[in-house]
Amino acid sequence: MTFPGTPTLRITRDQHRTIIGHCFDGLPDEACGLLGGPAVGAMEEPTGVITEVFPTRNADASSRTYTVDGKDMLRAMRTMDERGEVLVGCWHSHTHTEAYPSPTDVRTATANPNWIYVIVSLKPEHGVPVLRGYRIRDGVVAEVPVELIG
Amino acid sequence: MSVEVRLPTLLRQYTDGTASVTADGATIGEVFTAIVGQYPGLGGQLVDESGALHRFVNVYVNDEDIRYLDSLGTPVAEGDVVSILPAVAGG
Repeated sequence: MTFPGTPTLRITRDQHRTIIGHCFDGLPDEACGLLGGPAVGAMEEPTGVITEVFPTRNADASSRTYTVDGKDMLRAMRTMDERGEVLVGCWHSHTHTEAYPSPTDVRTATANPNWIYVIVSLKPEHGVPVLRGYRIRDGVVAEVPVELIG
Repeated sequence: MSVEVRLPTLLRQYTDGTASVTADGATIGEVFTAIVGQYPGLGGQLVDESGALHRFVNVYVNDEDIRYLDSLGTPVAEGDVVSILPAVAGG
């Protein structure tokens, strides 16, 4: 199920590699990061284009939860400000579970209802990392199509 | 002290879309009281019922996280930039 007006998340193969690499580097803990790009309107609706991927520190240093380090977030926000763009989403890894928002993810997504949430599953049974995108609004999860470009 | 307060996207719906407001106060707590006075919709978004900084909100005075300073008691100086960012977290 998709919310009306959902953009397609377009990431380059290099960006994909950065995200996946950071997720593996973070093991055994969850890894996390931010996405920056153009957005439209007062509510900063992402267009789906990602101009910057920011690997960040997981301040929780936990295999079960993540919190994007505050200073890393501030730095990322300032970088996007300088470009006239904004943070449009975030990503984190699930070390052993599916690439789907957990109940915790759904609860904490209330702060950024316009964002695209990317989850990378490193579940060993998959054999390869699985990356999926979502929007989470009022407790409802809807998939965001992901396209690898370039 | 007059400071600039930068608001995250979600809170701008309570300030008619304004991303940056100016407020007076000697501490972060006083500055927040001032902006809630200007924009009552912000009440409960920054400070919870117990009077503590809301869990899902990060506040920086220039580049310093107030949780490592004095939280709502952190003093502010004239011209400081207070940035409010939503916490990005999950599991």
